[in-house]
Amino acid sequence: MEKFRKIQSTAVPLPIEEVDTDQIIPARFLKATTREGFGDNLFRDWRYEADGTPKESFILNNPLYGGTILVAGRNFGCGSSREHAAWALYDYGFRVVVSSFFADIFRGNALNNGLLPVQVPEPFLQSIFTAIEADPETRFVVDLEAQLFTILASGQSVGFEIGPYKKMCLLNGYDDIDFLLSLRDKIEDFEQKRAIG
Amino acid sequence: MGKTLFDKIWDAHVAHQVEGGTDVLYIDRHFIHEVTSPQAFDGLRQRGLPVFRTERTIATADHNVPTRDQHLPIQEELSRFQVDKLTENCEAFGVRLYGLGHPYQGIVHVIGPELGLTQPGMTIVCGDSHTSTHGAFGCIAFGIGTSQVEQVLATQCLLQKKPKRMRITVDGELQPGVLSKDIILYIISRLSASGGTGHFVEYAGSAIRSLSMEARMTICNMSIEMGARGGLIAPDDKAIEYVRGREFAPKEEDFEAAAAYWRTLYSDEDAQFDAEYHFRAEDIEPMVTYGTNPGMGMGISQSIPEPPATGNPRTYQKSLEYMGLKPGQKLLGQPVNYVFIGSCTNSRIEDLRLAAAFVKGKKKADNVTAMIVPGSKQVEIQAKAEGLDQAFREAGFDFREPGCSACLGMNEDKVPKGEYCVSTSNRNFEGRQGPGARTILASPLMAAAAAIAGRVVDVRQEL
Ligand code: SF4
Repeated sequence: MEKFRKIQSTAVPLPIEEVDTDQIIPARFLKATTREGFGDNLFRDWRYEADGTPKESFILNNPLYGGTILVAGRNFGCGSSREHAAWALYDYGFRVVVSSFFADIFRGNALNNGLLPVQVPEPFLQSIFTAIEADPETRFVVDLEAQLFTILASGQSVGFEIGPYKKMCLLNGYDDIDFLLSLRDKIEDFEQKRAIG
Repeated sequence: MGKTLFDKIWDAHVAHQVEGGTDVLYIDRHFIHEVTSPQAFDGLRQRGLPVFRTERTIATADHNVPTRDQHLPIQEELSRFQVDKLTENCEAFGVRLYGLGHPYQGIVHVIGPELGLTQPGMTIVCGDSHTSTHGAFGCIAFGIGTSQVEQVLATQCLLQKKPKRMRITVDGELQPGVLSKDIILYIISRLSASGGTGHFVEYAGSAIRSLSMEARMTICNMSIEMGARGGLIAPDDKAIEYVRGREFAPKEEDFEAAAAYWRTLYSDEDAQFDAEYHFRAEDIEPMVTYGTNPGMGMGISQSIPEPPATGNPRTYQKSLEYMGLKPGQKLLGQPVNYVFIGSCTNSRIEDLRLAAAFVKGKKKADNVTAMIVPGSKQVEIQAKAEGLDQAFREAGFDFREPGCSACLGMNEDKVPKGEYCVSTSNRNFEGRQGPGARTILASPLMAAAAAIAGRVVDVRQEL
């Protein structure tokens, strides 16, 4: 996993709530057996017509907006547990998703892939949308070390939560498996005790 | 202070505690399927690791499989490749596989309970959000992502923060024609598609206790649709008797010893929950959804509500536009051309019995394509033994072979663009049943009734 420290970027606004993982990556694209290449089909049915022509009205097809931050409405990532949703966002180039609320499994999947979910209060989310609407070039700073999300132009900022363990993992590019493997003895002890108990 | 059912099971599985409130949770059963496992096996290969506890891992092919001619090679190339990959991986790593053609094959959440692999008090995970189904037996069962599948394959453990606990109590008696599917759609419509986020839900109350095990599975199955990690129900005699005698259930004295432990699994009187809700079974009508998330549901007699005061009106509008519906409209009488009875929510033998009893001697409407997809090979065999397939065929339904099918349309079973489908599955997301498909979630009885009438009807009037 890549390390994550600080990002400064413009953002792509997606002011829709309850964006489920079936929208992020529809099931028919889950047939791949590797982790790469899902970015092409990110938001496939919102982004393209059935014949593959880009839908102009969809934000990813609008050249005004770009960057490594996606800003979306509440309950982002609900539905299916497919990690492919996190892979698709990451593969497309996003490193941060900002929302006022994340579905549990999506949040976990994102963190396991170096994609940082930044949960901000609803009013702040709205002010981000307003800022981008006023100026698509608005830049934002995501500082993981300080756990701070800032709208650069106005200097408005807000803190965000992340568990100390996951923060350490992201900052260092570690994943859970390395850590769990280091606990193998403890796991085997537990199995032993259970078998006796 | 007393403990909740959830805490009793969780605490018994904490292999180690990490600073900062993260637990290393030991997993008793790990189910895998073809879609969310290949990248996990690749991860093991890259690290040169074996599967740590092969005997705790069970694989099946369900998401991608055709529901016709399963004895022939899979036609669709990518699906075949993915299913073959699962077979290869299981052989290479020594994992037990119930693949296509095996008498135990089926939707992963249907086969676990029917084989007795799912037992009270266990921790169960699978790379699939509807793993919550197994909670009906009093298990902590939840869906995980592929990185976590790899973690469990490598260490039989997961790093987890303990979720909060919620209890939802439903007391009273259901009206005739109202099923457990209606209970859970009702609860989700009240709590919203995110109302359970961060929580593990215990379902309690006389209405829940009176349900059969299969009906309880339908409830726990959809816990994820309100954002909860999972749902569970305290194991009672019904649960214990359901497990007894099944293929992989403990035998004789071992079973009695296990059952004695299972009987200790309930929330103590003074246990505290972080959130509590109470509902009355009498208030629940047959339910239908009108929008594009499972929280957008209503009783069949009701009209589609105006955009809610809270939330984003654009999201609501977009959802209704997709569905081709308007606020104030009723779904009662809505013409439908597709009916799907299947999925891990409602494809068990009791679901098929209910639907078959309803359609027996009737004919589906001419405009309707109606599909019955049993949840497993065993369900299919049982249904045939009872002549249910016959009843369905005579009514003009297509009786298929087991798999996830039109629940997510990964195989060729899709609902065409713009068409309405009354479906017994669990998700009405945009495009879930095929690009542009419009899903109305309902119970197997409501779905069967819609197939006969060619439109959405109130099954209570048809009984
Ligand atoms: S039936 Fe549907 S919800 Fe259930 S496991 Fe299969 S795809 Fe998932």
